[in-house]
This record gives sequence, C-alpha cells and structure tokens, in this order.
Amino acid sequence: MSATVVDDLPDTRPSVWQAVWKFCRRQPLGTFGLVLVIIIAIAGATAELIAPYNPTANDFAAMTEAPSWEHWLGTDQFGRDMLSRIVFGARTALIVGLTSAAVGGFAGLVVGVSSAYFGGMIDLIIQRLSDIVMAFPLIIMALAVVSIFGPGVHNVIIAITIPLIPRCSRVVRASALTVRSMPYIDAARACGFGATRIILRHMAPNVVAPFLIMVTSFVGQAILAEASLSYLGLGVQEPVPAWGLMLQGGAEEYASTAPWIAIFPGLAIMLAVLGINLFGDALRDALDPKLRER
Amino acid sequence: MRILHGLLALALSAAVPAWADEAPKRGGTFTYMIPADAPPSLDGHRETTYATVHATAPFYSVLIRINPDNPSSPSDYVCDLCTEMPTPTDNGKTWTFKIRTDVKWHDGSPLTAADVAKTWQELVHPDPGVLSARLPYYVMIDTVEATDASTVVFKLKFATSAFLPALADPFAYIYKKEILDRDPHWYEKNVMGSGPFKFVDYQIGQSISGVRNPDYYRPGLPYLDGFKAIFTPKQAVEIDAIRSDRAATEFRGMPPSARDQLLKELGDKITVQTGDWNCVDMITPNHGRKPFDDPRVRRALALAIDQWHGAPALAKIANVRTVGGIVFPGSPLAATKQELEQIAGYWSDIEKSRAEARRLLKEAGAENLSFELMNRNVEQPYKYIATWIIDEWSKVGLHVTQKVLPTGPFFDGLRSGSFDVTIDFNCQGLINPALDVGKFLPHSVYSENYGNYEDQKDIDMYQAMLHETDPVKQRIAMRDYEKYVLDTQAHMIMTPWWERIVPMRSYVRGWKISPSHYVNQDLATIWLNQ
Repeated sequence: MSATVVDDLPDTRPSVWQAVWKFCRRQPLGTFGLVLVIIIAIAGATAELIAPYNPTANDFAAMTEAPSWEHWLGTDQFGRDMLSRIVFGARTALIVGLTSAAVGGFAGLVVGVSSAYFGGMIDLIIQRLSDIVMAFPLIIMALAVVSIFGPGVHNVIIAITIPLIPRCSRVVRASALTVRSMPYIDAARACGFGATRIILRHMAPNVVAPFLIMVTSFVGQAILAEASLSYLGLGVQEPVPAWGLMLQGGAEEYASTAPWIAIFPGLAIMLAVLGINLFGDALRDALDPKLRER
Repeated sequence: MRILHGLLALALSAAVPAWADEAPKRGGTFTYMIPADAPPSLDGHRETTYATVHATAPFYSVLIRINPDNPSSPSDYVCDLCTEMPTPTDNGKTWTFKIRTDVKWHDGSPLTAADVAKTWQELVHPDPGVLSARLPYYVMIDTVEATDASTVVFKLKFATSAFLPALADPFAYIYKKEILDRDPHWYEKNVMGSGPFKFVDYQIGQSISGVRNPDYYRPGLPYLDGFKAIFTPKQAVEIDAIRSDRAATEFRGMPPSARDQLLKELGDKITVQTGDWNCVDMITPNHGRKPFDDPRVRRALALAIDQWHGAPALAKIANVRTVGGIVFPGSPLAATKQELEQIAGYWSDIEKSRAEARRLLKEAGAENLSFELMNRNVEQPYKYIATWIIDEWSKVGLHVTQKVLPTGPFFDGLRSGSFDVTIDFNCQGLINPALDVGKFLPHSVYSENYGNYEDQKDIDMYQAMLHETDPVKQRIAMRDYEKYVLDTQAHMIMTPWWERIVPMRSYVRGWKISPSHYVNQDLATIWLNQ
C-alpha cells in the first residue's frame, strides 16, 4: 500500500461550515441555545465596551429606579445600573462556568480513562471514592467545599470543580472500558507504548463524544451552582457583579416594591442555562451515531 | 408612591404615640417575635444577645432602669426595686438604695435586700466559672452590701458618671440569693423572677411564654393576661407573620424596605416607631499589617468617605441614619456637627477631603492600594455599609474586595487578626458614653478592640475622661479623645449610627422605642386595643 493510494481516496467528510449548517438545520432548538450562549459570551467578553455604566458605582440619585431610557433594566437599591451589572455578571458566570466545566471535565476524563485502563484495585479505589463524592448532590458538596475554603470567585470555582470530576469520570470510564478491549489498544501495548501515551493518545480521543456532552452540561450546572452559592452568600461577594448575588438581599427586600431587581438577574440565569442545555442536548443528538442517522 | 409617603408620615408620627392619652385596657395575649435562633442560655448575667433579653426580661425585676415612659432619654433613670433614686455621699463614692418591701418572688417568697446584694456581688465579683458578660462596666464598683433587709449600699472605687448607667443594665436581673448560693448556673436553664410575668413554657428555638403575675408590685400592671414570644430568624417570615397578624411585632428593628412594604400593604393597621439606635458599624484597619500601621493610610481611608451625603441615602435602604462620632449622637457628650467637621472623614468639602486622602496615600507609598475588607454575613446594615464604603474608597483609587464570613468565623477572624481591614461594630445597652467608647482602647485593655495596636496615650486620655466628674470638663476631654482616636491616629473609622425601626400592629399600645433594643422589654406597660 502506498501513500498515493490513500491520497486518491475521495474525501467524503463535510467541511466545518457544512457541518455547522447541517447542525443548524437539524437542531433548530440547539441552534437557538447556541445563539443564546454566543450572545452571553460576547456580552461577558466585551462588558467594558457595551455596559453603559460602571457596574459597581453607587448612584444615590437613582436608587431603585424603574426601567427607563437612562437605565434600560432599572437600577438596584444602590442606584447601580442593572443592565451593566447583568452584562458584567455574564463574565462572572462564564468564568466560573467554563473554568469549572473545563477543569472538572478534563480531570474527570483523565481519571475515568485511567481507571478503565488500569482496572483492578486502582479502578476499585477510584470508583468507590467517586461513589462517596457522588453521594452528595452537587450543591451540597460545593457548599461543603466553600465552607472549608471560604467564599470568593476562586474558591467557588474549586468548590464546583471538585464534585464535577467523579461525575465526568464515571461516564468517561464506561466508554473507555469499551475502548480498552479494542484490538488497537492491545496493538499499542504490544508495541511497548507506555500507559500515559496509550491513555492520552489512543483512549482519550475515542471517548470525546460523551466527554463533550458532559462538559457542555457541566457549564450550565456550574453557572447554576455559582448562582446558588452566591445567593446563599457563600459565593462571589459584593460589589462584584454576579447574577446569583444580585438575587440575594436587595432582590428579596425589594421584591414587591422594585421587582426588576429580582426579575432580570433571574431571567439572565434562566436564559444562560436554557441556552447551554439546549445546545448540549443538540450536541448529544448530533454526536450520537444512532440519533444522527434518524 | 405619594400614598406610601403619606402613610409613612402618618405612621412615623407614632414617634409620639397617639395612644398616650388613652385609658389602657386589661387582657389579651400578646404575641411577638424574637428575630433570632434560640439564645445560648436564659441567664441575662452571662449573655449579651437580645435573644436572651427579649425572651426573659418580662420575668425579672432590676434595681434601677431607664424610665419606661421616657426610654429615649439617655439619663432618665428610675427605680424598679428601689423606692427612690438615692443621692450619693462620700464625694459620689457611696450609693445607698432602699429596697421595696412589697416584692414577692414568683414562688411566693419575699424579695429582700439580700437578694439584690447577692445578685450584684455575683455581677461585680463572679464566682470562678461564672460568667458576668459586662464585667468591664462595673469597674468602678468596689463592694455591694445589704446592711439590713431593705438597704443595699454600693461603695465605689472612684466617683464617675458612668455608675448609674452601668447599674441600669437591662440584663442585670435580680436573682434569688438562695438559688445563687445553691447553684450559680441554675438561671442558665431556669427562670425564677419577680417581674410582671410568670414563666409558663420554653420550647428551645421555638417559643417562650408567660402569664400575668397577679402579685406584681406595681398596682394595675401588667395589662396583658400573658405573652408568647416566637423565635423567627428569617425576616421574610417576620413580615409574613405581621402581615397575617400571627404576631404583632418584633422589637429589634427592621430595615426601611420592610417598613415600607408593611405600610403599603396594611396601611393604618401598622404603626412605626423609629429612633437613633445605640449601635454603630465601624471600620477597623489591622495596625499589625502594612500599610495600615501607617496613620496616614488610615486617615486616607477615613477622608475618602462622604459621611454627610452617604448617610441620608443609606437611610433609605439600610437601618442607619445619623452621622456621629464615637459617642451616641443623642448624648450630651456627643459631638456637634461643627465639632465633627474638624475630624478626618467628616469634612464638609468632600473633594478637598478626597484630595487630601490621595496625597496621604501617595506620601505613604500606598497609591492604588488593594486590600480585602472582612465583613460579617449579616445583611442589615453590615453588607450595605460595606458596599457603600468600597465604592467610596474606589474614588481615591483604592481597590477593595470583600470577604464575607458567617458570624462564628467572622469573630474568629477578628480575634486572630487575620484581616487587612474589617467591619466592626459597637452596640451597647444603655447610653453610657464614658464606658461605651472603651471600644477604642487597645485590645490589651479592652478585649473587644481588634485593631491590633498598643497606644498608651489613648489609654491615658480615656482614663482622664472617665474619671472627670465635671460634665463640662468631661465633654472637653471626650472631644480631645475623639479627635485623637478618629483623626490623629485614625485607629478606627465611623459609619452612620444605626436607626431603629419597629413596625407593629396598631392595636399594640403602651410601648415606646428606646435607643437600645435591649431596653424596656419587660412588657409591663403594653396593652392591646382590641
């Protein structure tokens, strides 16, 4: 067999743009979710450019003002512009959501594939430890971690990342167990490749589909967890703009007299999580060979 | 909004209660809330929380107290168990109290001067293992003796105006000598008093109740047949309970938003009493950490804050109101506005003040300083104050983040000094400025100072002020002390003093607000217009 023969094979794989277009046609809800996520991501990334006001600047002349031309989403009890705080809050949500999902997902990938590859006592220990961590709901586990490390953005990321690791590793391990019994893994062993190379080069790429789906859902879960922790006063602290924090304190106190203080951050959380979940569901459908052909 | 303002004005007019001329009615059970979890114990001598005093004050008598008909006064003391306020002898160092002879304990036995003397001996010189929470208040008391069945004599180490306020401490319940002799810890879990109500039932963390004491020594009192106090730590629950008339009020104080909401929904079925509160949040830099060991940096922190414009705005959203110095604003010893304006942080020209703050920071090499502000996880007013202060500091180029901790870890942080700058507080029972300002003494002298500094001049100036018996000279000494701790050294930075806002069902009569949520809680004069 020569290289020429391989090059002569017709390339039937669609281009990236073709794949995107196909995804959009087949997954309109997923596309809607993706658009929401992109809008939120752009808002977070360019907050300084698009936010009309400084999100932390008090304006005692404009306290609890209803939505108006000056303040499209109104102001909170300190006179801070709600739109600006929500735009900057998108950044906080994405930083926490993406970082927690990426770190937790990657760590879970490595742990899950390693657990499947080595098997035996290592697998047993890893899985039982995972059972222990997974016995606690995500938010309870995150609360426990925050109570140890204290509040703040970095600690919130740690608190959310830790419980995500076993959740990802469990799913990845199931796929990796199938991959481990494939002949090419035996071939790699026979060639004398080390465990690290086999895990990272040969096993991990073949469990990417479930991994991507998990990570996508983790982003939504992490944003919700961050909002929950901040709402409980254990997450991000004032004056940092964060959606969950905006629902705490003032939103409760002013729910009847200035409802926009509670409505808009709640809406932002809902749209972000909805968008990510819709996109995640569509991604699963697109990557699942059984669903893809329907 | 106009209607709300109208209702607000109408309700706030209750600061001079409309029922003042009405004839009280007898009967009924009064239900109110205590906005807290269960108190650590029922013993007023060892506890410092309103959860204890709001739950147990109706069962007890005290020797003297602030006048329940004039509780806003910082100096109107009247007898409770004594027959008349004494005139001191021995150059103000001996005080002889005649005790009423018509007082009975709830078990029917007579209360005598021996009970009063024993109680105060335990407060001033507690037995080993017994906690007297306000021991520093009694620093001037040397001995307490019952010279006969109806006479108690207090001998002081030095004459001071701080004695009577210390004696009127609302936690200083008179306990039965026989019980204290038998078990000084008995009162931590049990109740036996001589107050207007007899103990009925206590469900830990749930409720406490009492019935009218028919043998109460004040004729005609109490008006109520009984009371039930419900522990409700959640503000939303409190509002719902008042709205649905499951409870008539809570006595600690609610934020302006709760007041506005209740007024909007209940109209004239709610009355609101408001007043300055003998509580204040303050900012304490940790002098043990650089650059806060430098007075220029501490002064800059004070100079950046616009007290005069911030206070009225904050009063709309938080339970704070009055700009003041180290002394409760309603006290004769408090600084006037003109006097305050001479102190860093109170200048009338905020731009000039902030320019000076920037200059001092630059001079101290602390331009664009970043640090963490430690705070307590309590919404009102702690978190509101912090949000305001952080924004004020940002106007002179300071970058401040906030670390909010639950009460336990917050106090651990204060005591261990593991903070850059912290929100701190000074809440006192009775207005007793000479002792209240002890908060500004170094930690080695005053255990609840967390600034982590030693300052002999501070101590000397305080002692001179405390021992001064001439009111005019004492006021001058207080001004010097205030200028020193807030300006020269800027050991701490004041924020606006709290405002107490107590909304209650309009049928509740006979209770008047005081500057302290610890005071005037025996319920003897409360009646229900139903």
